[in-house]
Amino acid sequence: MASELAVEAVGLEKSFGQVRVLAGVDLGVPRGIVFALLGPNGAGKTTTVRILATLTRADAGQARVAGYDVGRDRRQVRRRISLAGQSAAVDGLQTGAENLRMIARLSGLSRAQARRRARELLEQFGLADAAQRKAGTYSGGMRRRLDLAASLTGTPSVIFLDEPTTGLDLPSRQVMWQVISGLAGRGVTVFLTTQYLEEADQLADRVAVIDGGRVVAEGSPADLKKLVAEQRLDLLLADAVAFDAAARRAGGRVIGSDPGRLALSLPTDGTAPAIRALLDELDPGRCAVRSFSVHTATLDDVFLALTGRARPGPAVTSPDQETAGV
Amino acid sequence: MSDTLIMAGRCLRLSRRQLDALLTSLLLPVLLMLLFVCLFGGAIHTGTRYVTYVVPGVLLLCAGYGASLTAVSVSQDMAGGIVDRLRSMDVRGAAILAGHIAASVARNIASTVLVFGVACLIGFRPHAGLAGWLAAAGVLLVFILALSWLAAAFGLAVKTPEAASGFMFVVAFLPYASSAFVPVATMPSWIRGFASHQPVTPATETIRGLLLGTPVGTSPWLALAWCGGLLAVAVIVSGWLFARRTA
Repeated sequence: MASELAVEAVGLEKSFGQVRVLAGVDLGVPRGIVFALLGPNGAGKTTTVRILATLTRADAGQARVAGYDVGRDRRQVRRRISLAGQSAAVDGLQTGAENLRMIARLSGLSRAQARRRARELLEQFGLADAAQRKAGTYSGGMRRRLDLAASLTGTPSVIFLDEPTTGLDLPSRQVMWQVISGLAGRGVTVFLTTQYLEEADQLADRVAVIDGGRVVAEGSPADLKKLVAEQRLDLLLADAVAFDAAARRAGGRVIGSDPGRLALSLPTDGTAPAIRALLDELDPGRCAVRSFSVHTATLDDVFLALTGRARPGPAVTSPDQETAGV
Repeated sequence: MSDTLIMAGRCLRLSRRQLDALLTSLLLPVLLMLLFVCLFGGAIHTGTRYVTYVVPGVLLLCAGYGASLTAVSVSQDMAGGIVDRLRSMDVRGAAILAGHIAASVARNIASTVLVFGVACLIGFRPHAGLAGWLAAAGVLLVFILALSWLAAAFGLAVKTPEAASGFMFVVAFLPYASSAFVPVATMPSWIRGFASHQPVTPATETIRGLLLGTPVGTSPWLALAWCGGLLAVAVIVSGWLFARRTA
């Protein structure tokens, strides 16, 4: 059974001093998929990745990556993984080509093979024109792509990407998404962490939501969305009296309520007859509801439902700069 | 081993491109030598021409500046993500550090040759046989190795590259409180004890004696004991600090 899983973790625990970062993380990632570990800052994403990538030892629990125990068979694991961390691990004073050649040589290629591999990767990641420029002159997006390219110089079977798009602007993120989707087609297992729900939704075959050092949900993006209503009817009421009346009539069906904005949310199947019936039921006088909208559930809603907390930041328009993860 | 060579190549490439730091470590010792020989030298009486007296000490001072760059570059690596990447590729910590040391030694050989060339231009005339030359080079090499590993340990011990640059102040101070620039006997009595019992004094005396063909007494053994001891401590402490920083 273990051989079918690229990453398998049971009960991982880790504390730094008094701070309990992981409180028993269980994960199972089948081979060849894109897996997203989704969670807010400080949820334990980076610590999980560092344990799986053999950089940190867990206090308790077990993990196997590519079939080998991350504690006992570190070298075997290291031969089969690659890691692109949060801080792009490339030398600003070396050119893009030099960075890739160096990493390729360290992963065991000969000088000539390394040169060829570097050229291929630069081409593939749209960096051929910048190959002879120092990486320090690259934009943030280019550095991340170079970093990702560096993690592919060998032939890893599991690639760990720790927040590959944090801090990037929208066009750079979309380029990264294309690149990452491209990896998945080749039978490699991609394990990425993200605090952006949209990213997990776009890229991942399976998502685990982590919060407070524990996995609180796991499944396909579609499965997770089923945890909340597929469609949601958002109502804006005319005044406080109308709000109270509508809320009373809706009773236990209310899944979101904001008295300040006079807003109510209810599950629906999204069809016109159902919405018409619901409106008639909640607002028989036809003047309590000022406007309504139908909303398709996103992973944001899942996140909110699972963690009881709004998502950490706007998903795409203005990504929060995360300087350090735990 | 091959990982070490690749890492050394990287460190050399990086230090070639940090021109300001490289120039400081190359030019500062040359300028200091010119300053001492041409400006102060006339007033300092050491029994020989001052250039003859001071060059061995300047070579050691130069090694200090060259090696202290290692503290900064090690610290920079620890602060960035590169060490995580290298470790996840199963590059040993020893190879990462040894790469820095190898680059430091190469940088120091270049700056030693430069200082030595300028010294000869301004009148330094060594009288050493082949054995003397080799022995002097050997002592200098052990001194450079010890300082480079100490610098690496310092770079691992401090949190930021800015703090790591403080290593230079320590190693730049030591030669002044030694027999490198003036004889220890001319110093106030309270500092003579320190000046006689620190590594730069026996190293200076050894190199001076070997290059000028004068008796060296026990200096070479004292110098090797000091440098060998520091080297052993620095290697062990570096390994321990590296493991601790990456745990």
